[in-house]
Amino acid sequence: MKSSALYSTFPFRDLLGIEGLSASDITNLLDLADTYVDLNRQIDKKTDVLRGRTQINLFFESSTRTQSSFELAGKRLGADVMNMSVSSSALNKGETLLDTAVTLNAMNPDLLVIRHGDSGAVALLAQKVSCAVLNAGDGAHEHPTQALLDALTIRRRLGKLGGLKIAICGDITHSRVARSNLLLLNALGAQVNLVGPRTLIPTDAERLGAKIFHTMREGLEGCDIVMMLRIQNERMQGALIPSVREYYHLYGLNREKLGFAKPNALVMHPGPMNRGAEIDSELADDTEISLIRDQVEMGVAVRMAALEALAANLPNMMQSGAPANV
Amino acid sequence: MSEPDRAFINARLIDPAQELDTIGSLLVRDGKIAAIGTDIEILDTAETLDCTGLTILPGLIDMQVFTGEPGEEHRETLATASHAAAAGGVTHMVVMPNTTPAIDDAALVDFISRRARGTATVRVHPMAAITKNCEGQIMTEFGLLREAGAVAFTDGDRAVMNALTMRRALSYASNFDALIVQHALDQDLQSAGVMHEGELATRLGLTGIPVAAETAIIDRDIRLVELTGARYHIHQISSGESVEAVRQAKARGLAVSCGVSAAHLMLNENDVENYRTFAKLNPPLRSEDDRLALVDGLADGTIDIVVSGHNPQDAEAKRQPFAQAAYGTVGVETLLSVLLTLHHAHGLDIATLVRAVAGHPARLLDIDGGTLRPGACADFALVDLEAPWIVDADALQSKSKNAAIEGRKLQGKVEACFVNGHSIFDSKMETKK
Repeated sequence: MKSSALYSTFPFRDLLGIEGLSASDITNLLDLADTYVDLNRQIDKKTDVLRGRTQINLFFESSTRTQSSFELAGKRLGADVMNMSVSSSALNKGETLLDTAVTLNAMNPDLLVIRHGDSGAVALLAQKVSCAVLNAGDGAHEHPTQALLDALTIRRRLGKLGGLKIAICGDITHSRVARSNLLLLNALGAQVNLVGPRTLIPTDAERLGAKIFHTMREGLEGCDIVMMLRIQNERMQGALIPSVREYYHLYGLNREKLGFAKPNALVMHPGPMNRGAEIDSELADDTEISLIRDQVEMGVAVRMAALEALAANLPNMMQSGAPANV
Repeated sequence: MSEPDRAFINARLIDPAQELDTIGSLLVRDGKIAAIGTDIEILDTAETLDCTGLTILPGLIDMQVFTGEPGEEHRETLATASHAAAAGGVTHMVVMPNTTPAIDDAALVDFISRRARGTATVRVHPMAAITKNCEGQIMTEFGLLREAGAVAFTDGDRAVMNALTMRRALSYASNFDALIVQHALDQDLQSAGVMHEGELATRLGLTGIPVAAETAIIDRDIRLVELTGARYHIHQISSGESVEAVRQAKARGLAVSCGVSAAHLMLNENDVENYRTFAKLNPPLRSEDDRLALVDGLADGTIDIVVSGHNPQDAEAKRQPFAQAAYGTVGVETLLSVLLTLHHAHGLDIATLVRAVAGHPARLLDIDGGTLRPGACADFALVDLEAPWIVDADALQSKSKNAAIEGRKLQGKVEACFVNGHSIFDSKMETKK
């Protein structure tokens, strides 16, 4: 399958964030991902777009779904995929972050998928390696493939993104998902409301191009999509909000609060969910309303598209001058 | 056998302490300034140096220099810091006590003084800790520390957080008329913050430090100064609101003074764009409005002192994700050039700028220096006020190369520096004849 013909060149070596991408860069990625959704529903899900390529998933923060999604994406494209969880690696033996990067780089990977708990850490690593780097989440900064998969999910269900009104609710301050989504949705002409208690909305967030609301009633009004964010347990013990009970009472999404949005509004969540904390369990499972399962499916397709887009920019010739892919 | 006199002729002489700004000569005899002015007597036996086109300023007093000695000599020693200082026209370094171990005992003050005499080329004045190990708990022996040579008291880069401890320190210090110097940043409000709180921090996904983390400590301390009558100084303020708080305290007649770092006069929060850790400072670089308020505060005399806040960090400590990287910038070598650049860019009066790095710190700390008066030690800098140059961190003298103003264009450069009339730095020998 030669889906790369669909794809006009991605203008960057790395995918570090949504910031800096143009609307057409994003649309091209989504178009390519669309083709992979179809492929992923076939019995034979394999292509050879990345045959011979080595992809390393370097996760400094534990993750189940993002890491397995990237692993599956790489494997379906024919790459050799290696997973490295750094909690078990040399970083605990005093090796610095950059030493780890330089060591991995010496193994000549073509694609490096990195997640790290510090904002900016993936960009820092990208400066030190010679392969293409894909940001799988850095601190509270960006998580570009999550925003792309959310956009693909919405586009496939509603046919468009421009003109939609989308509420992102919960812990905006600590959320890379919120930042990447805000950037992407703005770029494609959607209107974004950020909803949460004042302790979880960062300073000057309105200057990023969103409207800020502190009640679900106001924030959800007229929205086509309600995107809930995961609330971390450690933030709920009196530090930023007093209790799970109060949070659920004020911001937890149930059918009653969803009623503030447009009729037939859809619900999304990047996972993993805290059922009963930010979202009502039965609502999350209602496939008429909830896009949460679609999001997971789109995740693999979007990551395949991103991997292919970056791989297309990799040099195709080995240093000796012989073709790398034969 | 005494040395011959040395006469520096045809120089522009600037010494705000004498309200002096004229073309003339400076005569050095036996390490002291023997005469200064347009029409002074120079013996035929004197060695003459033609300084046409150059300016002589009093040797600078940098009131906040962190070194790594003792404990972290790989970052900077007193010796290497002094080489950087000399190249920047700084003849007096006031060094901070938050070393390993902290300078919280008279024997350690003595250690710094002896190491400085043995290894450093400029004069070194230690500040001692306010509290044991700079931990904010138990007061140090202000009396003994002063006798050993501590010029003031500070916990370095940590605020004394407990208000009662601070009250007692101010009260006890006033017994000796000692100066208490605060790092005004509330650690609880700072929490995990690493840069100025605002739009950029939100976009970068970094935790912000609100301006209130600084003003909360300043406002509290001003109340305590009122209560105790002590002399109080803030190392570095970073915001326009802090300028206003100090302005009001001064208007009420309190013995409150403050400093600002050269970096904060030149840079703003946008310099941390792309997670540039060299611009990660404590206090943080704030908005452009704050920067302009600091420049105004310096011009109108609300801000008394400009410091480098020289804080050498090795490459590993800075080559980290932003939140984990060390704070600080080197700067003792570029302090004067930054000020002269502000003179050219903002029209700040040279006399005001020189006072902020010479006369004012000398008076606050009771240091013999900061002037070119006859009888004073011949500590001075020979400067080309106009020379443009670009900061190349690798070319700096400091052992560490973490310069926040790396790559910046500056105007004004130190050509030579003298302590006791002896050259300790000379950028090019052709200035001598």
